[in-house]
Amino acid sequence: MTGTGTTGTGAGTTGTGTTGTGTGTGTGTAERTVDVLVVGAGPAGLAAAARLAARGAGTVEVLEREPERDLAGVRRRADAAVRAGAVLRAGATATGWSGPLTLDTTSPSGRARVTARAVVLATGARERPRAARLVPGTRPAGVLTGGQVRRALDRGQPVGTRAVVVGAEPDAVRAVRTLRGAGVRVVAVVTREPWRRPGAVTGRLPVLRGTAVAEVLGRGRLSGVRVRHRDGRGTTLACDTLVLTGDWVPEHELARSGGVALAGGTRGPAVDGASRTSVPGVFAVGGLVHPGGPAGGAAAEGRAVAGPVLAFLSGAEPWPGAVVPVEGGAPLRGWRRIAGRWRGPWW
Amino acid sequence: MTRAAAVTGAAAVTRAAAVTGAAPPGAPYDVVVVGAGVVGSAIARELARFPLRTALVDAADDVGEGTSKANTAILHTGFDAVPGSLEARLVREGHRLLTGYAAHTGIPVEPLGALLVAWDEDQLAALPGLARKALANGYGAARLIGPEELRAREPHLGPGALGALHVPDESVICPWTTVLAYATQAVRAGVDLLLGHRVLDVRPGHELVTTRGVLRTRFLVNAAGLHADELDRRLGHRDFTVRPRRGELIVFDACARGLVRHILLPVPTARGKGVLVSPTVHGKVLLGPTAEDVDDKAATGSTAEGLAFLRERGRRILPALLDEEVTAVYAGLRAATEEDDYRIACHPGQRYVTVGGIRSTGLTASLAIAAHVVGLLTRAGLEPGPARELPAVRMPNVGEAFPRPYADAEAIAADPAYGEIVCHCERVTRGEIRDALASPVPPATPAGLRRRTRAGAGRCQGTFCGAAVRELFEGAR
Repeated sequence: MTGTGTTGTGAGTTGTGTTGTGTGTGTGTAERTVDVLVVGAGPAGLAAAARLAARGAGTVEVLEREPERDLAGVRRRADAAVRAGAVLRAGATATGWSGPLTLDTTSPSGRARVTARAVVLATGARERPRAARLVPGTRPAGVLTGGQVRRALDRGQPVGTRAVVVGAEPDAVRAVRTLRGAGVRVVAVVTREPWRRPGAVTGRLPVLRGTAVAEVLGRGRLSGVRVRHRDGRGTTLACDTLVLTGDWVPEHELARSGGVALAGGTRGPAVDGASRTSVPGVFAVGGLVHPGGPAGGAAAEGRAVAGPVLAFLSGAEPWPGAVVPVEGGAPLRGWRRIAGRWRGPWW
Repeated sequence: MTRAAAVTGAAAVTRAAAVTGAAPPGAPYDVVVVGAGVVGSAIARELARFPLRTALVDAADDVGEGTSKANTAILHTGFDAVPGSLEARLVREGHRLLTGYAAHTGIPVEPLGALLVAWDEDQLAALPGLARKALANGYGAARLIGPEELRAREPHLGPGALGALHVPDESVICPWTTVLAYATQAVRAGVDLLLGHRVLDVRPGHELVTTRGVLRTRFLVNAAGLHADELDRRLGHRDFTVRPRRGELIVFDACARGLVRHILLPVPTARGKGVLVSPTVHGKVLLGPTAEDVDDKAATGSTAEGLAFLRERGRRILPALLDEEVTAVYAGLRAATEEDDYRIACHPGQRYVTVGGIRSTGLTASLAIAAHVVGLLTRAGLEPGPARELPAVRMPNVGEAFPRPYADAEAIAADPAYGEIVCHCERVTRGEIRDALASPVPPATPAGLRRRTRAGAGRCQGTFCGAAVRELFEGAR
C-alpha cells in the first residue's frame, strides 16, 4: 500500500482536546495531515478516492470502519483506489471532529487525529430497522434488516427457515433472492408500494400489496406476523424470520456532528450540484445523500466529486454562501423523488 | 489494572456456579432470595457482607430480566412520595446510598435535575403543592420557575409551557449496570447465583422445588417482582395481588440528545399521570411510559395505540424529538398492587420476608430495601454474624458522560482490542464485549450482552454489527 506515513504532524493540526497529542509514542494520539480524507469505503467513497488520487489530488486517505475481511463486496473498487495511490484504512472509525476539517479516529493501532484540506463524506445509508418503523408487538429474535441477513450469511450464520420479506423493489427482490439462495423459504412479500413486475423474479411467491406488518408475534423466537391491508382486512403469517428491506436512512451522524446542514426530505446532507455541503471543504456523496440508490449511481457520484474537490483544493472557486439543496436539481440522470424518497431510473 | 480486569478477576472461580446453575447438594442455605432483579440482587449483596450461605435464585437466564430491565432509569430523590410511607423513607435513603455506591463502582449517573413542566392551569396550580410535598419528604431544594427560566433551560420545549417545578437532584442512572454491580459483588463474595431455576413449589421446612432440583434454606426472601404474590400464596399469605401495569417506552437516537437537558417529568393531577421525556446515560432520549393495567404477566409487547399516544404526547413536549430516528421500543411491567406503598412484610414464624409491590422507585430504593430486609431477617431470628467488607467491584463504563475505551488512547495502546469498534452506532469495542463475556455474571443471550455493553443498542439495531456480535457471543460459549 502506498501513501502517507501515519505519524506526521503537519501545520494546521489543532492539537486541542483531552487526549494527548504526542506523535507515534504509542500511548498518545497520533496526528497526521492529508490532502483529502474520504470517510467510507463504499462504492461512492472508493470511486472518489480512486479518481482524486489518479488526478493528482495529493495524499488521499479512505477511512473505513469495517475491518478488512468485510470489504469483500467492494474488493475490486478498493483495489482500484489503492492502485491509483489512495491509502485505505480498514477498521478505522472517524469518531468525531476536533476542527473544521480535522477528524478523530479510532482503530486497533490507536487514536489518531487527521487533518485534511478537504473531506468527502461517503458514510452511506442503512435500512430502517424494526423499532424505527414503529412496528408494534413483542421483541423476539428473528427480526432483521436485509443488510443484516446478508452479513449473517457472509459469516456462515443461519437466519431461519420461513421468512416474510417487507419492502418494495428492488430491495425486497434482492432479499428474496438472498434468502432463497441460503435455503430459506420465503412465505410472502409484504409491501405498501405497488409492485411493477409481478412474477418476474418472485415466481409464485405471494406479494401482498397495500399491506403492512401490524404486529410482531412470538416470545424468544419470532412465531409470525399479523399483517393488515389498507382496506382493513388482515391475516397472520407464520414465520420465524422477518426481513425488513428498503426504507433507507442516511448514516448522517458524523455529518451532523460536524455541523453540516441536512436536507429536509432525506435528512442526508444538503448538497449543491457539486456535492458541496454547508461546511466549506466538506463534500458528501453516495447513499448518504441519496439513500437507497444503486451502487453504480453512487460510484458515478463519487467519480464526479473529484472535479469540485480539485477545484476547491486549488482555491479556484469560492465556497458557495448558501447550499442549494439537491432537490433543486438531481445530479443523477433518471432519478426522481417519489413519496419523499429517491427513486432510480428503473422505477 | 484496567477497568475490565477488576471485574473479570473472579470469573474463573464463580462462573461454573453462576452459569451451569447445578443446585449444590448438601447443607441448606442460610438464606435463599427468590428473584434476581434489582431488589433481589441488592438483598443478596447485602447478605454477602455476612458469613452466611446465600443463594440468589431466578427463573430467567440472566439477572434483571423482569421488571428491572424496562424502567425509566431515573434515580429519584423521593420528593413526590407519600410522606410518611415506607416507600418515601426507603427511596430517600436509597437515593443517598445508591448515589455513593454508583460513584464507587462506576455505575453511570448523570445529575441532570428534573423539571415538572406545567402545560395547563390545573398543572400550574398543582406545582406549589408538590413543592410542599417535597419539603414534607425532607427535600428542600425544589423550587418553582417561570416560563422564561424554563425556556432558557429547555429551548426546544414545545409552545405553551406555563412554568415548572425544578428538582435539581433527580438523576438518570444505568439500570442494567446497577443490577449487574449488585449481582457481581454478591457472586464475588460467595453468593450462589442460580439462574434458570424457576421455583415451582415451596414445601414445608423451606424446601424450594425448582425446575433444576430442590433447594433447602433456613430463611426465605421473596423478591419475585411480578410473581411475588404467587410465591406469597404458596407460603399461605394473601396480603396482596400483583396487577401488572404495562408501560411502553420509545427510545430516540443519540442525535436527539442535544434537544433536552433535564429530565422532563409530567405533573401528576387528578386526571392522571402524563409521560416523561428524559435523557439516558447511554446518550439517548426516552419518551414514556404509558400506564395500562394488564392481566398477563408476560404482556411485554408494544401496541400501535400506545406508540401513537406517546408520539402525540412527545410532540407537545419536545416537537423536534419526533423528527429523530427511534432506536428502541419496549414495554415493561410494573409490579403494581392494590395499595400505593411497598408491601414488605416479615413472617418470623416462617423465617420468611416478602418484598412485594416494589414499583418503579425500586431501582432508587434498592440498597435501602436491602438493608431494611436484612434487618427484618435478623428480627426473624437470623444471626448474620460479623459484617465484613465486600470485595470492591468496578463496572465497565457504558455511560456517555464518562470516558469510554474507544476514545481512550492509553487503553488502546495497552490492548488493541479496545480500538476495534464492533458496534459502530454505540462504539462498542471487541475488548468490551470480550470482557463482558468473561465477567463473573456473563450474559446468556445477545440481549444480555447488549445490556452489559450497548452492543447492538444503537440506531441500526444490529444491521451492521449483529452478525459480528453474534460471532463473538457464540465463540465464547
